[in-house]
Amino acid sequence: MTLTETPVEQVAKQPVRPPRKRLRYALTVAVFLLPSAVPLLLFTLIPMAGSLWTSLHEWNLITPMRWVGLDNYADLLTSEETHAAFGHTLYFIAGYLPLVYAGGLGLAMLLNRAMKGRDLFRAIYFLPVVTSWVVVALLWKWLLNPASGIVNWAIGLAGLEGPGWWTDPDWAMPSIILASAWKDLGFVMIILLAGLQAIPNEYIEAARVDGANAWQRFRRITLPLLSPSTFFVVVISLINGFQVFDQVHVMTGGGPAGATQVVVEQVYNLTFKYGRAGEASALSWLLFAVVLVVTIFQVRGQRRWVNYG
Amino acid sequence: MAKTLKYALVVLGALIMLFPFAWAVITSLTPAGAVLQTPPDFTPDNATLDGYTRLLETMPFWRIMFNSLWIAVASTVFQLVTSAMAAYAFARLPFPGRGALFAVYLATLMVPLQVLVVPLFIEMRTFNLTDTYFAILAPTIASAFGVFLLRQAVRQVPKEFDEAAVLDGAGHFRIFTLVVLPLIRPALATFAIFGFMASWNSYLWPLVIIRSPEFMTLPLGLANLHGQFTTEWNVVMAGSVVSVVPILILYLFAQKHVIASVAQSGLK
Repeated sequence: MTLTETPVEQVAKQPVRPPRKRLRYALTVAVFLLPSAVPLLLFTLIPMAGSLWTSLHEWNLITPMRWVGLDNYADLLTSEETHAAFGHTLYFIAGYLPLVYAGGLGLAMLLNRAMKGRDLFRAIYFLPVVTSWVVVALLWKWLLNPASGIVNWAIGLAGLEGPGWWTDPDWAMPSIILASAWKDLGFVMIILLAGLQAIPNEYIEAARVDGANAWQRFRRITLPLLSPSTFFVVVISLINGFQVFDQVHVMTGGGPAGATQVVVEQVYNLTFKYGRAGEASALSWLLFAVVLVVTIFQVRGQRRWVNYG
Repeated sequence: MAKTLKYALVVLGALIMLFPFAWAVITSLTPAGAVLQTPPDFTPDNATLDGYTRLLETMPFWRIMFNSLWIAVASTVFQLVTSAMAAYAFARLPFPGRGALFAVYLATLMVPLQVLVVPLFIEMRTFNLTDTYFAILAPTIASAFGVFLLRQAVRQVPKEFDEAAVLDGAGHFRIFTLVVLPLIRPALATFAIFGFMASWNSYLWPLVIIRSPEFMTLPLGLANLHGQFTTEWNVVMAGSVVSVVPILILYLFAQKHVIASVAQSGLK
């Protein structure tokens, strides 16, 4: 677009109006926009700026802020606490994502064909998705109670001794992963089911006629054609995975012995437990940067494996 | 054979999804003394509502439930109104800088709540608003995501409809309320479901901003209950059961629509 063209287009978009009418139009626009613009300014944009500003200071929330420039970021990048927090978060994702994807895909494949009571089953699988994280965390904390939980009782029936689950540093993260995967299975199933139903049956039939066995049909036809849905599940799960908090906070509070101290739990503790608001803000921006970079990489990299047919 | 196996797997899956809920109900009916025995000593004969009475004694449960309910409804209504109006402006009212302003809206979408929690808390504290209903509601009055979603819907309404209304002498407010809103009802319904669920289940922000039980919402109240009664699982499960019921009823009614919305927009 050249400079001379710009005014022409603006004129075309905005008919010239007499001043009074123009004022009325401006008022109309304002009335439509202000109800959302003002809250977004007050409760998103200003806090965003505030968070950036805080991240450049040392601040215990009580005494005046002290400017430290980028020190918070520099300290965080080299601190073992941060590395551990990102490590725990990655551990969560590494356990959660494959589990929820494999489970969701399995359920979606099972429900893809017409069967008796399919809608009912679909609704049941989806039930945990509408339940709050706090309730899910409490249900699983009770199921996985080391001494009196039903899961360890069942393991005991088999003659084995169940682990300490969320009380044991080695088992705490697997407990959280299990509860999280259980909650989100239905969500992944619904997304993948929608993807599966978009695959024309003729493709699968043609492969069958050509002598492809079930595994080959799944591997060569279904999976590639499902890749847009898979891509979507992976992107969303990674974003949510990096921001994991509710279930961790309720099930372990980051413990035992810091074994489940994920990044957002760390942000929460730095602020409200240790009064290190500057570092907490810097850490939240680091997390945001990581999520952004990971997401951009995936969107860029999707050409290699996502098949939009 | 393969078909039977498949069906068995489907049923097994359903049992895995339902069992934790069923176990919560059973635990909530177990006498306090029997909860920690393994296997738990539960029979229909010794079933008791003690867990529920304890729940009501120890926290203002109905008040907390009511808080959750009206806050979820209010935040949904606020978001619907503010988002739909902005969506109309972005889709139908050209003005200089509109594209830039929309970009700002979209930018706020990318910033997660975790980044905003600390400064929001400080903002509320500055104005002495911590521990108030207003503080819980404030960040949910507007939703950039809602604006984005509904703008797509408004843009799909044929412009001829507006023009016909203009010929009839209608202004923008009448076009908005009488022409556009009825035509984007499916998108409004989808957004309303997500808004309600998000508010009903939200935990981090209420956790940060609320201290007094009388302003708590259910997730916060339940987490607190668990903090107080670490071993009284019958009480904690009673609270969990009661708090699931409203969303369950809503879900049963809107089930098809909820699932269809998720499948379309990929949200939860």
